[in-house]
Amino acid sequence: MATEVKETESAGKEIDFTACDEICEKYRDWKGATIPVLQQVQEAYGYLFSELVERIADNLNMSAHQIYGVITFYAQFYTKPRGKYVIRVCRGTACHVQGSGRISEVVCEEFGIKNGETSADLKFTLEEVSCIGACGMAPVIMINNKTYGNLKPEEARKIFRDYAELQG
Amino acid sequence: MSYTTDHVEVHVCMGTAGVASGGHEVMEALEAEFTKRGLKNAESKERNCAAKQTGCRGLCARDVLIDVYIPGKDPVTYEHVNAEMVPTIVEEHIVGGNIVEKWAAKADYFQFYDKQKRYVLADCGRVDPESLEDYIKLGGYEAIKKALTMTPEQVIDEVKKSGLRGRGGGGFPTGLKWTFCRNSPGDHKYLICNADEGDPGAFMDRSIIEGNPHAVIEGMLIAGYAIGCDEGYIYCRAEYPLAIVRVIKAIKDAEAAGILGEKVFGTDFHFKLKLKEGAGAFVCGEETALIASIEGERGMPRPRPPFPAVKGLWQKPSNVNNVETFANLPAILLNGSEWYANIGTEKSKGTKIFALSGKVKSTGLVEVPMGITVRELIYDVGGGIPKKRKFKAVQLGGPSGGCLTPDHLETPIDYDSLIAAGAMMGSGGVVVMDETNCMVNVAHFFLTFTQRESCGKCIPCRIGTKTMLDILTRIITGQGREEDIDLLLEVGNDIKTASLCGLGQTAPNPVLTTVKYFRHEYEAHIRNKKCPARECAELIEFVVIDDRCKKCGICKKACPVDAITWEKGTVAYIDHAKCVKCRECIVNCPFNAID
Repeated sequence: MATEVKETESAGKEIDFTACDEICEKYRDWKGATIPVLQQVQEAYGYLFSELVERIADNLNMSAHQIYGVITFYAQFYTKPRGKYVIRVCRGTACHVQGSGRISEVVCEEFGIKNGETSADLKFTLEEVSCIGACGMAPVIMINNKTYGNLKPEEARKIFRDYAELQG
Repeated sequence: MSYTTDHVEVHVCMGTAGVASGGHEVMEALEAEFTKRGLKNAESKERNCAAKQTGCRGLCARDVLIDVYIPGKDPVTYEHVNAEMVPTIVEEHIVGGNIVEKWAAKADYFQFYDKQKRYVLADCGRVDPESLEDYIKLGGYEAIKKALTMTPEQVIDEVKKSGLRGRGGGGFPTGLKWTFCRNSPGDHKYLICNADEGDPGAFMDRSIIEGNPHAVIEGMLIAGYAIGCDEGYIYCRAEYPLAIVRVIKAIKDAEAAGILGEKVFGTDFHFKLKLKEGAGAFVCGEETALIASIEGERGMPRPRPPFPAVKGLWQKPSNVNNVETFANLPAILLNGSEWYANIGTEKSKGTKIFALSGKVKSTGLVEVPMGITVRELIYDVGGGIPKKRKFKAVQLGGPSGGCLTPDHLETPIDYDSLIAAGAMMGSGGVVVMDETNCMVNVAHFFLTFTQRESCGKCIPCRIGTKTMLDILTRIITGQGREEDIDLLLEVGNDIKTASLCGLGQTAPNPVLTTVKYFRHEYEAHIRNKKCPARECAELIEFVVIDDRCKKCGICKKACPVDAITWEKGTVAYIDHAKCVKCRECIVNCPFNAID
């Protein structure tokens, strides 16, 4: 089942803010830098935990709530850790009419996670996305950066099991 | 195809679908095979072979597609190519001169292109998107050079005379839009390319950028010069990583070649271009929301006026156009407005790219002249409905659009005819549905999307879409009430009238058109607690109809949870205790024998 993961990473650990500071520095004189800064910091740290958000706010001379306003508005910012493998199930129209809803269900059957959730072992995250833009091969999923198209539910199940068997 | 080469060239489709189907592996296999046989960089032209990546040519359902160009001969296309097939193709065709007929594209492949007119997509599938030289070799950047010999007013005039209308969906005359921004006071103006294509079911912008990024840059240069902008942004969805990589490379290469930056082609025109990645919000396709997002804010729309042409990015005059609009410009400038105005209908000029998907044989990206009928698009270009099923409806224009029915098959596809029929061009998504698709379910699907993507700023959209979604959920789960249909119409019309931006103003469209054309399906859900298309799981009984069952056992094979008992020569039986209502049996049964 999905876990409630703490929003902070601080628990007894020193956080190395070097990467975060460098990214902010790079954008110091940019107008409208919030989104690229958040994208790159998230890329570097995996997700945007509260200490990071405060650090970014200090760096950019903004308030943390302004930054949270941006984070919560866009689908691609995360305040919780995500799985090693992010399964993006396309829920675009073409995929919908070709039965992609069923593929989300298969993920749920295999790993017990629903849309937006991460498995307890931090291996898988399920993310239903609006359109991957490969409608010609619907239904489509992406696992990290690899795209799989023309999927049948049972083929998808096999792919998921293959990933589950990967070590680490 | 007029593309010629002086050596053997194999073009590999490396759009997203091409890559997903194994494009990289095919490229590698070709390279390896050429090296092994000493066919790379050979002295003699007949022995000099090169593999080249190209963008999407449209028929994604047949990927990986490759074209083999041998000097002096017609190109040959192979479909569904994988790495194992490569040695045979090289051996028999390239070395031996005999086409491998069993893998070569047949008549049905070419039928897909027969009624198309590919101008915007002409070079997608021919040009290497990561090569500036390749683009220039095919005549790239000649249009901006020509534009720079004209006055900006002459360029705008040319675009006005061409009749080009915005391809993002609204269809506003492009030249007129430019005039507003050009005439707006201020010496620093911005040009923005809207590549935040978020419509589920549409991917032409992605394919253009992935397949021919320099064409978009060239279009932006033309527009920038005409309007008087010195800075441009391409706002691209972060969900399109390949497009982003390619456009960044294209910008860098163009800068290095003096095409972007100070003194474009040595003239007094300066234009710098930046890429801005979106962060996942459908509403950012709306121009004022997009501008807010570039400024680093929550991407919420604001009331207009003032229009961006007056107060846009950083409060400066700005002009926003869609990717496809920009990509149309080089051809208009080069061939002239008259040439362009001769394509299409009286009020919708040129071609339009559609993403054809759903229950149609040839899914993919098509470019057709405006005015083509719905029937031609689905049956001639798309090859019709697979599995001998019946055509039921086509959703045009994504969540902003509407559904059309078999009665509309002769409707010409242009901005005005579609609106008259209750749909709209939108961004060009065309999703075909057959009798197994439930229209209430489709309406529910779109409302789920718009409700989730509503930015929440204005109440009609925020509360209204939620209300409509709740009603639809009720109906598809068998809890529908008699008054629900009227309620949907009432709330829907209110949202359309009172919403702040295009998202809310069009969100009810899928519901309103499905009620209009498929009211009986809504009624069947509400009154009879039945889903005629057998898609809404809560309303299906999941029993085998004995006299329809042909005792074939396909359903048993399809069932993922072993809920079906069947033996050779017996009627299948569904165990309700085990059944998870996944619909696999219904989808796979060729005889409609499960109710």
